[in-house]
Amino acid sequence: MNNWFKSGSPWVWLSAGGVSISLISVIGLLWLIASRGLSYFWPADIYQFEMTDEKGKNLTVIGEIYDRESIPVSQLVHLDLDIDKSAETLERLLIKTGNRELVSLDFRWILVPQINKTSLPEELVVIERRTNGNFYGYIEEIILDGQVVEQSQMAELVARVSDFQVEIEALQTSDIGAINYQIERTRLKERKHKLDNTLTPELAGQFKDKVAGLRAEYEVLEQKLMGLREKVSRDQIVMRAMDGQKVTINFEDILHVTFNNKLSFFAKLKLFFSQIAAFVTDDPREANTEGGVFPAIFGTVLMVLLMTVIVSPLGVVAAIYLHEYAGNNALTKLLRIAVINLAGVPSIVYGVFGLGFFVYMVGGSLDQLFYAETLPSPTFGTPGVMWSAITLAILTLPVVIVSTEEGLSRIPSAMRHGSLALGATKAETLWRIILPIASPAIMTGIILAIARAAGEVAPLMLVGVVKMAPNLPLDGNFPFLHLDRKFMHLGFHIYDVGFQSPNVEAARPLVYATALLLVTIIVALNMTAVSIRNRLREKYRMLEH
Amino acid sequence: MAIASKSANSRKVKNSLAKWMITLGGISVLFTLVLIFMYLLYVIKPIFESAKVDAKAQFVIKEESKVLATGVDELKEVAYSITKQGNIDFYQLVDGGGYKAGEKILSQKLVADGERLAQLINIGQEQKLLLDTAGNVQLIVPNFSANFDSGERVIIPSVRYPLGEEYLPIDEDNAGLTKLSFAMDDEKAIFVGFTQDKRLIKTTLLAEDDFSYDTAYEVEYQEIDYAAKRIDNILVTPDLAMVFVREGDQVAVFSLDDDAELKATIIPQLAQNKSTPNHITSMALLSGGSSILLGDDSGKVSQWFEVATEQGREFKKIRSFNVSDNEPVVAIYTEQFRKSFYTETPSGEMGMFYTTSEADLWRGKLHQGDAQAFAIAPRADGLVIFSKNELAIFTVENEHPEVTWQALWQEVWYEGYPEPEFIWQSTSGSDDFEAKFSLVPISFGTIKAAMYAMMFAVPIALTAAIYTAYFMTPGLRRKVKPTIELMEALPTVILGFLAGLWLAPIIEIYLPAICLLLVFIPSSVFITAFAWHKLPREYKTKIPETWAPIILIPAILIAAYAAFALSPVLELHLFGGDVRQYITNDLGIDFDQRNALVVGIAMGFAVIPTIFSMAEDAIFSVPKHLTSGSLALGATQWQTLIKVVLLTASPGIFSAVMMGLGRAVGETMIVLMATGNTPILDWSIFQGMRTLAANIAVEMPESEVGSSHYRILFLAAFVLFVFTFVFNTLAEFVRQRLREKYSSL
Repeated sequence: MNNWFKSGSPWVWLSAGGVSISLISVIGLLWLIASRGLSYFWPADIYQFEMTDEKGKNLTVIGEIYDRESIPVSQLVHLDLDIDKSAETLERLLIKTGNRELVSLDFRWILVPQINKTSLPEELVVIERRTNGNFYGYIEEIILDGQVVEQSQMAELVARVSDFQVEIEALQTSDIGAINYQIERTRLKERKHKLDNTLTPELAGQFKDKVAGLRAEYEVLEQKLMGLREKVSRDQIVMRAMDGQKVTINFEDILHVTFNNKLSFFAKLKLFFSQIAAFVTDDPREANTEGGVFPAIFGTVLMVLLMTVIVSPLGVVAAIYLHEYAGNNALTKLLRIAVINLAGVPSIVYGVFGLGFFVYMVGGSLDQLFYAETLPSPTFGTPGVMWSAITLAILTLPVVIVSTEEGLSRIPSAMRHGSLALGATKAETLWRIILPIASPAIMTGIILAIARAAGEVAPLMLVGVVKMAPNLPLDGNFPFLHLDRKFMHLGFHIYDVGFQSPNVEAARPLVYATALLLVTIIVALNMTAVSIRNRLREKYRMLEH
Repeated sequence: MAIASKSANSRKVKNSLAKWMITLGGISVLFTLVLIFMYLLYVIKPIFESAKVDAKAQFVIKEESKVLATGVDELKEVAYSITKQGNIDFYQLVDGGGYKAGEKILSQKLVADGERLAQLINIGQEQKLLLDTAGNVQLIVPNFSANFDSGERVIIPSVRYPLGEEYLPIDEDNAGLTKLSFAMDDEKAIFVGFTQDKRLIKTTLLAEDDFSYDTAYEVEYQEIDYAAKRIDNILVTPDLAMVFVREGDQVAVFSLDDDAELKATIIPQLAQNKSTPNHITSMALLSGGSSILLGDDSGKVSQWFEVATEQGREFKKIRSFNVSDNEPVVAIYTEQFRKSFYTETPSGEMGMFYTTSEADLWRGKLHQGDAQAFAIAPRADGLVIFSKNELAIFTVENEHPEVTWQALWQEVWYEGYPEPEFIWQSTSGSDDFEAKFSLVPISFGTIKAAMYAMMFAVPIALTAAIYTAYFMTPGLRRKVKPTIELMEALPTVILGFLAGLWLAPIIEIYLPAICLLLVFIPSSVFITAFAWHKLPREYKTKIPETWAPIILIPAILIAAYAAFALSPVLELHLFGGDVRQYITNDLGIDFDQRNALVVGIAMGFAVIPTIFSMAEDAIFSVPKHLTSGSLALGATQWQTLIKVVLLTASPGIFSAVMMGLGRAVGETMIVLMATGNTPILDWSIFQGMRTLAANIAVEMPESEVGSSHYRILFLAAFVLFVFTFVFNTLAEFVRQRLREKYSSL
């Protein structure tokens, strides 16, 4: 034993323990996010519990099992329960009961010993709604235009209503939205002329006519919208909740009606994938706590693309300078220190700089010069997607520089010499020989920069991200790309829904799902970058021999 | 040939163009860093600049009698004077509205024919209380409204009468008043005065409805029980809670409820041992109405407010200002919304001070000792002085008096606190709120969070780096290293979210398990190691020691499971069933769910890959001939590691830890989500903190651009910037040295 200690072997094992803990934590973290995130989409079984509460009253609880935990009996003594006092711990279940219009909380704890009977009735349905969350219960009857009809017609009715909803949505956002946008633009044009003192009565008349025409169009569309709304609110479904209350739900509120307990494994699998698809493509509902994350994905992608356009040329050029042009002097040393420091400066500092310098100083001046007609409401003098992209471009600049320079340093100098010896200029050598060979390294750098930017939240909170953006930064209204608009972001969505939403418990699965999505994107990007880099290294090694 | 030379030329041009463009691009990186540095400094600079007072305009104006009060509108375009004759005269200060600068635009009589004003009392900056020779009182407010009818802005002056246009009798017995003070809100107006027959009286006007739109009221007369020969000052606080009555060198404080009881007496300790004893010469109420300022004839001003002591609440002298060496302080003027005040001596020497930050902002002489009336502009950006035959306007640049180096980094005695403290509390609902900008609690929070994170991360990251670099087979290393480095790519918002919503509740429930883990994990490692050591040789070859990290994974998982399974039992038998209650009730330690432990673990995870990656590189690149030599001389693997490898790589390991610390200090999202963000000064592992970075993220979106708060947040960002700059540059420097050393070996 003593010898064993003297050999140092236990300490070697202890250091191996460090590796094990790191591995456990990485894999465990990814597994935790994946399992929690995916279970959000899996159609859960709906249980019906017959139970007796501490006052001896019989009641029925219907819902999904959300969580289970065991607690020491001693914490429950004050409740005066009729339970086995000899057991040290006791299991309790967190049930998601939904039906927010009937009870204030859509969750409740129940104690396992109080349950008399657990069943999975096949007739139980879960209705996913636009407002008030899920509804769990039994279908009593379906009312079509005031007439009670067969339950088999339900799928057809849901489909009909959802078609109308799509139409209403399109009408509201694209058609009516476009008219409102044009009216606003006409008003601004008029104001601009007024400010420039070029508003002739003739022009004023033109503007007036245009607005009147647009208003007339608006009236027509609104009539159409009203008609559709009426059609949508025609049909109802009557449901029986767990306490026997009957609730009438309009079809316009319904997204899906599913008999979870009736579904086969494959039907569940199908539903699982369609739920994932809906999550990725739908807009959020109920203050972001339900629905999809499409605007957040869109905002993240757009912002990151804009950033890439800015950071790639800058980063590549800086790396080429550092590796190909810079002499071994004090300036180069300073530059290298600058790169290291840009990588090390806390991201929130970039946010502060972006807000003060880009938004208030540069943006404020732009507004004065070009958007005087909209003042005092700012155009670029307020946080927006362009400033976010520029701020993150500075943040990710060192990532591109370091990666590109590494690629450049691996190119054998024989290739440069060969090219120069054949009479090419330095610029030509760079353009024709060096850059093509280094392009995978540049690619790696850009991918790593994208991964970094996609996960960064702190600076964006200051320079442009919002919890709920009414319009996407890209739409069908001229000039199509609105760089001044605020946007939604997956990372901020996680922070906002997980910590700022009124019903954190209900929103939690959605946060896990969003986190899973973000982690998947970032891990995939990183792995791609690493594999490109590894392949590149192999290639260079071959070139050297 | 011509074509070739042309193309050769254009190639040359292109080549040098490319060179210039690329050089420019390279330099732009340095430029960016310098720009960030300079811009932060540019925003911060104004808070450390001293105040400036400049003469703006002077007008020769001859009033027929003495000027009792003056004032100016918000934009400093129209000024007024109220004379002893009872006239209010408005003067245009800049050309506009059809008037030349210096012209009189309106004159109005405020007293009945044949009457004169006996006294005028300034109440705050707007209200003027007029006392006529008959002992009756009227309240007026000089009013300015802007009119845009002619296309340009014109200021139209007028006079408002909040309590009606009639003069009212204040004393029931009509004995005539020598001193008077007043304050009002929407429902009540209180006058406190001292009559010529030596009575201290309190007269209350109770609004029938609301003074803001109806001036009807009922009157209540009351006499305050206080015997005095002569009274020098009376001051009613704006919240109608207290009245300060100064008689010579002592100040009596009465509460203004129905009993009007004596609350306290303030007797300042004055230097009495001189041949001529010192006396109080002036008194003023600081903005907010909870502090009074007393000026004496030795040239000192002291601030007093009520603090809670062991004997109950009492008035204490908080701090004093040296205004003048030889002259008495004859007048103190206070700003309406900030804790700034101006002092005046008989020779006309003036000073500007700020109480909270104890700042001596400005000294100067604005008149020749002949000023009749002095007023501070409503936005505190100007002064008006009416001296004999002259109206002078001054501009004041004093944007950030509340910020000084001491106020940011030293203990400050804030109003209502029992002692000087470090406090960060930037905003509040009320206008006259005393902002508390101490960077100490949030800097402390930053260091605390970083320390706990490092305590967690350094052991794990370094042991992992040592094993991976020195003991691991190349095949396994190629898999393990990228896996751990993958953690660095994980967005911190996800780590923060898991820490706040998943880890924090688990730690709260299974606190004993976390303590058990500290023992269980190392012991499980040793037990596994010993078991392997005792394994028969043929098995040892099948499961080589180089697989140790893989073999240990199940062992550690079992240990962790055991710790969590034992946790409730331990809780029941040692802590009476609830650890949380045990900690708060039996140990008396506050317990937050989102505490330093959670932050330490979560931020530790974020820092592990940074430290691991760099330390691993440093250890791995120790030249192989050094280790070979050591092993050849008979040292064991472990001895070689400790005595040769780690020693050689120590600068690299140091720089890895520095980098990790830099990252921990600047991390925002994890701290934001995993702590309660309360700025407290407490090392306790069970309490949260607020860090510089999180503080910026929380408060920046709400701070007003250009305000002191905004600039202090920039200062916080600057502190972070400098902090990480130092760490990163140091780490990089050490790394460069190390690389040179290795290459020479």
